[in-house]
Amino acid sequence: MDLNLDAPHSMGTTIIGVTYNGGVVLGADSRTSTGMYVANRASDKITQLTDNVYVCRSGSAADSQVVSDYVRYFLHQHTIQQGQPATVKVSANLIRMLAYNNKNMLQTGLIVGGWDKYEGGKIYGIPLGGTVVEQPFAIGGSGSSYLYGFFDQAWKEDMTKEEAEQLVVKAVSLAIARDGASGGVVRTVIINSEGVTRNFYPGDKLQLWHEELEPQNSLLDILNAAGPEPMAM
Amino acid sequence: MTFTIPIENGDAVKIAEAESQRTLYPYVTGTSIVAIKYKDGVLMASDMGGSYGSTLRYKNIERMKAIGKHSLLGASGEISDFQEILRYLDELTLNDNMWDDGNSLGPKEIHNYLTRVMYNRRNKFNPLWNTLVLGGVKNGKSYLGMVSMIGVSFEDDHVATGFGNHLARPILRDEWHADLSFEDGVKLLEKCMRVLLYRDRSAINKLQIAKITEEGVTVSQPYSLKTFWEFSSFHNPTASAEGSW
Repeated sequence: MDLNLDAPHSMGTTIIGVTYNGGVVLGADSRTSTGMYVANRASDKITQLTDNVYVCRSGSAADSQVVSDYVRYFLHQHTIQQGQPATVKVSANLIRMLAYNNKNMLQTGLIVGGWDKYEGGKIYGIPLGGTVVEQPFAIGGSGSSYLYGFFDQAWKEDMTKEEAEQLVVKAVSLAIARDGASGGVVRTVIINSEGVTRNFYPGDKLQLWHEELEPQNSLLDILNAAGPEPMAM
Repeated sequence: MTFTIPIENGDAVKIAEAESQRTLYPYVTGTSIVAIKYKDGVLMASDMGGSYGSTLRYKNIERMKAIGKHSLLGASGEISDFQEILRYLDELTLNDNMWDDGNSLGPKEIHNYLTRVMYNRRNKFNPLWNTLVLGGVKNGKSYLGMVSMIGVSFEDDHVATGFGNHLARPILRDEWHADLSFEDGVKLLEKCMRVLLYRDRSAINKLQIAKITEEGVTVSQPYSLKTFWEFSSFHNPTASAEGSW
């Protein structure tokens, strides 16, 4: 089996951004892989750009980091010049500028989400190529392939904050179950007029899906608990 | 490695400069555009899909946009390049307005500008990966033209891009005639769009029809077409040949 430890770090990833009535919820898994090896099992793919705008990163870890670093730098200057917080739309457009003009070299798909006083909660998807699409919800990364059907069925307008976060956690968890390139913990970031809340859902606290079993400490516990004939057919 | 700081609208940041700067392949693409001249101007139809390879990823993309007062631009191909073209046209129309001389760019001028842009990019082996349809009405005259990603440019009474070339144009050649009414024009476009829905894998059932007349540009709300599946031979196609399709 070829581990290929020299392969570029890529975040297989599942990333999600969802609007609700009052703000946005961003969610992501935490797996960063180098070929078949999991280089980081607890990465944080939801990165801050400003106090009120965050970005979910997928694809090449390096490319997405350098793009978000540049945009954070530009937005910092922009905020000073404006004298007020940057809008989500401006943040998304700066990402677009880098993504589009360097489309031949970059391999990163991003979801920008945040809250500003003009438009409220907004989500912008920026896939490969540098297209910008404003959406009520966005999914990205390799794990998102398994979520198109789920969201077609489960998404609805005007969810509450709690409903939106539960939807995001459920979705990332489902993607982790089927996508080898996604795994670890589910991180969420909720952004609204009141501020930003970060949440953490470790893998063993998530709901179990098809053919998944309750985690145990040891077989011995099962044997001891079950009674005299646990090994019988 | 060069790094240029953004200056106004001109140069955007280039993270690194490779010697081969060329667009190799599209990522998020729109499918066919179909357009016809009719009695009062031009009608154009497109679906609202943005495909990502074989995945129908985006279902709310507007691929037809008004340009100034007199023109409508429809695009198939890479959506990010279409968005960039809209920025170029924004700059063009803004500068034109700033002359404040009562003149405004008509469809013929916009079409010519786009042709130059597309052809020049093609010459640099870095095309904008789009086929563009430009329709408009100015001073009572209707205009309908097309530019491809390699700079091929022409006008006609009816045009189509992508799959539309193969599926819609034969219908238009047969059934288009001068001075179509609005209703007949819409029905003709819908006939084309329905065939595309049946036969183009990247088509989705959510479309818009846009109208340009002397009065201006209107783009319809998104809507879906009914499809027909009740042919008797559709019910049991393999009855007499099990395993066939």
